Amino acid sequence: MIEIQLNGEPRQVAADSTIADLITSEGLGNRRVAVELNLEIVPRSQYDQQPIEAGDRIEIVHAIGGGQETS
Amino acid sequence: MNQDNRIPKDTPLVIAGKTYRSRLLVGTGKYKDLEETRLATEASGAEIVTVAIRRSNIGQKPGEPNLLDAIPPDRYMLLPNTAGCYTAEDAVRTCRLARELLDGHDLVKLEVLADDKTLFPDLVQTYTAAEQLVADGFKVMVYTNDDPIAAKRLELMGCVAVMPLAAPIGSGLGIRNPYNIRTIVENAEVPIIVDAGVGTASDAAVAMELGCDGVLMNTAIAGAQRPMLMASAMGKAIEAGREAYLAGRMPRRRFANASSPLDGLFF
Repeated sequence: MIEIQLNGEPRQVAADSTIADLITSEGLGNRRVAVELNLEIVPRSQYDQQPIEAGDRIEIVHAIGGGQETS
Repeated sequence: MNQDNRIPKDTPLVIAGKTYRSRLLVGTGKYKDLEETRLATEASGAEIVTVAIRRSNIGQKPGEPNLLDAIPPDRYMLLPNTAGCYTAEDAVRTCRLARELLDGHDLVKLEVLADDKTLFPDLVQTYTAAEQLVADGFKVMVYTNDDPIAAKRLELMGCVAVMPLAAPIGSGLGIRNPYNIRTIVENAEVPIIVDAGVGTASDAAVAMELGCDGVLMNTAIAGAQRPMLMASAMGKAIEAGREAYLAGRMPRRRFANASSPLDGLFF
């Protein structure tokens, strides 16, 4: 296992995981999300080829209701 | 009927080359649930709808309701916003994530805030982010102060629409500085859309009477006692204000001016 930061939280994942594996294991497989790996966008087409390494900082985001507010 | 008495046909709102029928733009925050969001958005008649980008809840249950089911991207022009960003860097990251999330969609609403009491924009950060986003191919609709100098500068940087505040976000205070809004409109060659601070239908009408091209609002609808009814009222106010602007209002006079003729009085 290796440790990464996922959405600001420490997370243990298998050493040979890809972004696609991470999305599935987090229960987000059928959700519309976007992924940032160490401040770079990972295109959806590359999720199953993009390996995860120890210390990676990953953000997974989606769209929510919002206007001008910060909340 | 005399040609001159016909109601002139309005030109449509055009943003980044795309034409819109509605001049009301709405946000999707602060509703009680997604059903209310869907119904109020429909009642408003808006075509451009803002959404926020946030961290997914990791480990959430599959099948949890999704905003994009209530506001389908094939029916509305989604406008991802950078609400909650306090630096240019965070705003640019948010827009890039939004573009990936929405399959290459490049229309974004840039707002970089300075302070959480006023939610006024940080213009230095806004300029920096606008420059980077325009260079990266985004079509940027930008939130700014009711400052004609800043508004023109953002237009010259390549923003596709400039969105001055009427009053602080969520305040419902209405147009606080109509003279500046008017000056911004007169100087502009891109659409000017009042964004933030509208409280009720008359505020939206005033913005349109000043010559604004549209109004973006969220809390005025979501925070009303009956959001669907307020959404409908806002749609009408925007249309009424627009027609009044095109009609050209009568001049203001200090004293009365009889509207019945004085000639032919029989006493």
